[in-house]
Amino acid sequence: MAHDHHPTGISRWLFTTNHKDIGSMYLWFSFIMFLIGGLMALLIRAELFMPGLQFFEPNFFNSLTTLHGLIMVFGAVMPAFVGLANWLIPMQIGAPDMALPRMNNFSFWILPFAFSLLLLSLVPQLFPDGPPNFGWTFYAPLSTKYGPASTDFFIFGVHLMGISSIMGAINVIVTVFNMRAPGMTLMKMPMFVWTWVITAFLLIMVMPVLAGAVTMMLTDRHFGTSFFDAAGGGDPVMFQHIFWFFGHPEVYIMILPAFGIASHIIPTFSRKPLFGYASMVYATASIAFLSFVVWAHHMFTVGMPVAGELYFMIATMIIAVPTGVKIFNWVATMWKGSITFETPMLFALAFVVLFTLGGVSGVMLAMTPVDKQYHDTYFVVAHFHYVLFPGAIFGTIAAVYYWLPKWTGNMYNETLGKIHFWFSIIAVNITFFPMHFSGLAGMQRRVPDYNMMFEGFNQLSSIGAFMLGFGQLLFLYIVINCVKGGKGKATDQVWEGAEGLEFTHLPSPAPYHSFEQAPEVK
Amino acid sequence: MSERKNSKVVKKVIGLLGLMTLFTFAMVPLYNVFCEITGINGKVLVSKELYESVEADKSRTITVELITDINREMPWKFNSTIKKLEVHPGELNEVVFYAKNYSKSTITGQAVPSVAPSQGSFYLNKTECFCFDQQTLKPGEEINMPMKFYIDPEIPDHIHTLTLSYVLFNATSKSSSSLSQR
Amino acid sequence: MSLLRKVMSGFVLFVSLFIGSLCAAEPEYSTLNLRPGVTENSQRVFDLHMEVVWIMLAVAGLVFAAILFAVIRFRKSNHPTPAKFSHSTTLEIIWTVIPILILAYLAKPAIGLLLDMEDTTKADMSVKVTGKQWYWEYEYLDSSVKFASRLSTPVEVYDNRNNEPVEKGENYLLEVDNELVLPVGKKIRFLLTSSDVIHSWWMPDFAVKMDAIPGFVNETWTRIDKPGVYRGVCAELCGALHGFMPIVVRALPQAEYDQWVETKLAEKAEAERLAAEAAAKNWSMEDLMAKGKEVYDAKCAMCHQKGGEGLGAFPALKGSKIAIESDKIDEHINIIVLGKNMMPKFGEELTDAEIAAVVTYERNAWGNDTKDVVQPARVTELKAGN
Repeated sequence: MAHDHHPTGISRWLFTTNHKDIGSMYLWFSFIMFLIGGLMALLIRAELFMPGLQFFEPNFFNSLTTLHGLIMVFGAVMPAFVGLANWLIPMQIGAPDMALPRMNNFSFWILPFAFSLLLLSLVPQLFPDGPPNFGWTFYAPLSTKYGPASTDFFIFGVHLMGISSIMGAINVIVTVFNMRAPGMTLMKMPMFVWTWVITAFLLIMVMPVLAGAVTMMLTDRHFGTSFFDAAGGGDPVMFQHIFWFFGHPEVYIMILPAFGIASHIIPTFSRKPLFGYASMVYATASIAFLSFVVWAHHMFTVGMPVAGELYFMIATMIIAVPTGVKIFNWVATMWKGSITFETPMLFALAFVVLFTLGGVSGVMLAMTPVDKQYHDTYFVVAHFHYVLFPGAIFGTIAAVYYWLPKWTGNMYNETLGKIHFWFSIIAVNITFFPMHFSGLAGMQRRVPDYNMMFEGFNQLSSIGAFMLGFGQLLFLYIVINCVKGGKGKATDQVWEGAEGLEFTHLPSPAPYHSFEQAPEVK
Repeated sequence: MSERKNSKVVKKVIGLLGLMTLFTFAMVPLYNVFCEITGINGKVLVSKELYESVEADKSRTITVELITDINREMPWKFNSTIKKLEVHPGELNEVVFYAKNYSKSTITGQAVPSVAPSQGSFYLNKTECFCFDQQTLKPGEEINMPMKFYIDPEIPDHIHTLTLSYVLFNATSKSSSSLSQR
Repeated sequence: MSLLRKVMSGFVLFVSLFIGSLCAAEPEYSTLNLRPGVTENSQRVFDLHMEVVWIMLAVAGLVFAAILFAVIRFRKSNHPTPAKFSHSTTLEIIWTVIPILILAYLAKPAIGLLLDMEDTTKADMSVKVTGKQWYWEYEYLDSSVKFASRLSTPVEVYDNRNNEPVEKGENYLLEVDNELVLPVGKKIRFLLTSSDVIHSWWMPDFAVKMDAIPGFVNETWTRIDKPGVYRGVCAELCGALHGFMPIVVRALPQAEYDQWVETKLAEKAEAERLAAEAAAKNWSMEDLMAKGKEVYDAKCAMCHQKGGEGLGAFPALKGSKIAIESDKIDEHINIIVLGKNMMPKFGEELTDAEIAAVVTYERNAWGNDTKDVVQPARVTELKAGN
């Protein structure tokens, strides 16, 4: 890389406009957030190891669940995907860099400030009444009239994260629309690029809604408005409608790029092209579209009219169809392939299997009459952790293993990678599978204490969580080890069956500016 | 080279962004209109209806339950003198609510009505109600507040019971932009 | 690569464990599965739940079987030359249509059940349920019986941070001081509302979960088939003690229920008489302290703690200005009567004598030794507004 003239030291990172540097910063940032959010998860699981309050007073426990959710959603998963988009999209579409490099830099550097605002609320000298304690869904009036003083910092933090996400999304859209190599039509774009464009549109459409919701919270708290206060003609339920109008597409923002990743890894290691490329694209687009019309399935107990409940039930169940298509297509991709099981493939397979489990519990939750029993219990916690941990997080880990040799030019340690995988998949199931049972048996969400009948499953979950948490430190070691040289040099194609411009047209490691000259795509 | 192409796409995306922002704030009035049309949450139209001596339908009896609540930060006593009454659709009824300020300061209260089943909110017409205005009581002051209503004879057959709830909120700090002016 | 086979078999083990646990599940108070409950609707919800569980497990099982087969049969060592196909319109149509059919099959009973669950008409009686931070208040609209229902597990049993873990009873965190008593066989309509934040009244045995929203009333209903004691919880995060506001329903046969209502009304009249008597008399310091401790431990210790040291956002009373400065006695009484910030108002729930006793207790316990004696008459005066 000696011929690429760019500043070194701190100013390289502060002022960089290079998509690879920014991508790396996003990924490291998200990993740090993942560790902080994970630490909070471990504190939660420690408190829940046995009945009785062991460590925290209930209010602080609520703050832990709130911060865990916010940090994992906005600090770990979303920046990780933006980081991958930065690294991969220019290489996959044959571009030298992202279209708007300076905005790219800015959108990253907002994030540390946003999360400092949020984490500052943990300092008791500043906020004697503690950090936000109303859950990551921050329902009014618990978060408005009854929220702690740190809620205002939380609101500004969310505004900043929103601005950052929007700038990231604009960048992806402009890059994909304007910078594709000649010959790369929309329907020839790699799946990861497709899923990210759709994600970017989701971001553009729902981030203003989130910003609007927190702005209304702010004016309700300080400027005498009554958006969510019945006393002045408002309605707390309207908050939930606005929040979930943002929140449900947000769920897909956190999973669609992982769909794209699986659609690269499975064909590579099956040595066979992706089955049903076109239907994959259409399925992704329809999932994205449906995500806008199903939001109130998160609110089946607020007392909606029965016609509304019926509509949201049916619309939600329909989402299972395109999601099923994707899963069947992945299985069909493997069918009659020639499969090997390197670490990325193992994580991608675990993604498909465990995401399917999260999907079927999703269909159960969609059915209004039974959802009235599942709602706000650990069954829901199990469901969304099954789609988020093996979905978004395993997807990201798979992507890192898959593209790391291309990024660094070195192979990671395959044996350690496999150990990491087996450890993670066992731990993830020990952690989250028992939550299905405790939820069905009647344990509600967001409580620091519970009856003894839930003790066994909670202990299992806690043991699994600690395994899962410490297992990820091995991942950190593997990545650092690979960056420093790993197990020798990677070939340009890296994987025997790898397709795509980044593997066929670029050396490993990829040059600082990806494609100085646009490649010809046939 | 592609600067212009880029700014074209950026402008479009920002346009979409602006539209969604507008939409978010438009959701507030839209939601209210939607609620008033469909009766979600039993949100009651807080508008004064005129009683146009409609024919009372003596063949039907509807049980009207009156329930009251005080929001936590409201140091008043507040209840209805009657908890339950049987009415015929179309006839004009009067009930009385009682409130007293227990605190040491002058406090303004705003009663917020809600009806269950929510569909019933269309058929409960109030001709006179304390909830149209705010009430200000001095320390220790008490008040009897009449409320007159009639039930629209077109109320669907399957509704036999209507529950009218009033929750009293502290409106002292809020400006006078109350329900009645919305 | 036999490791992969191992994880797959491990997975199959997990799934079969799940299936096995469902089969082995006891009909009541299972720790693994939903409860069939004691109403027609809860039984129907349970049946629909089991149906959807089996269908979903079958679907997932088929997908897993296909993956397992592919993973074994089409591994590189078994299948060195990959096929080249990349789509099949027929297949794609098949796996779009079949899920639609399955979903339609599931939706049909769900729609019928939902319509029945939402039909609150023709109820025999109404109970108003008010969620408060952090207890429930029940009011029987037909008999003017009204009471608060609080967690009865003592704070020293659940707060194990400073002391040794205490033996926890069978109904730990699922027990209350005043149970909601309901008759069996009657259609009972619940009217839910809240006086602060959103709560959610969940009784798993009735398959009833409905949010209590400040400023609005929601309604739902149940008809209990079997007498017994049923336990539920608040399901919506409502602040610090969200996990500590359980729901207990005691379902009685009609005759016993009527009896209970009568007793309750008689008790209320008697209590009012006693309260009036107590309010008129002059209490001794010892009596006030004894009564005050009783009231404090039952109503105040949950937040302010047994030793008055407070908990997080709940202020300490030990050494607090309001509890020790002699010119703040009236303010002290007023806070209890009218509430303040997170503190609920106790003016209606406690008698004047009880309030006087608890104020005296708080001003003299835990080294607050102010020697202040507060008589019920002062509380009565303050309540009257001067």
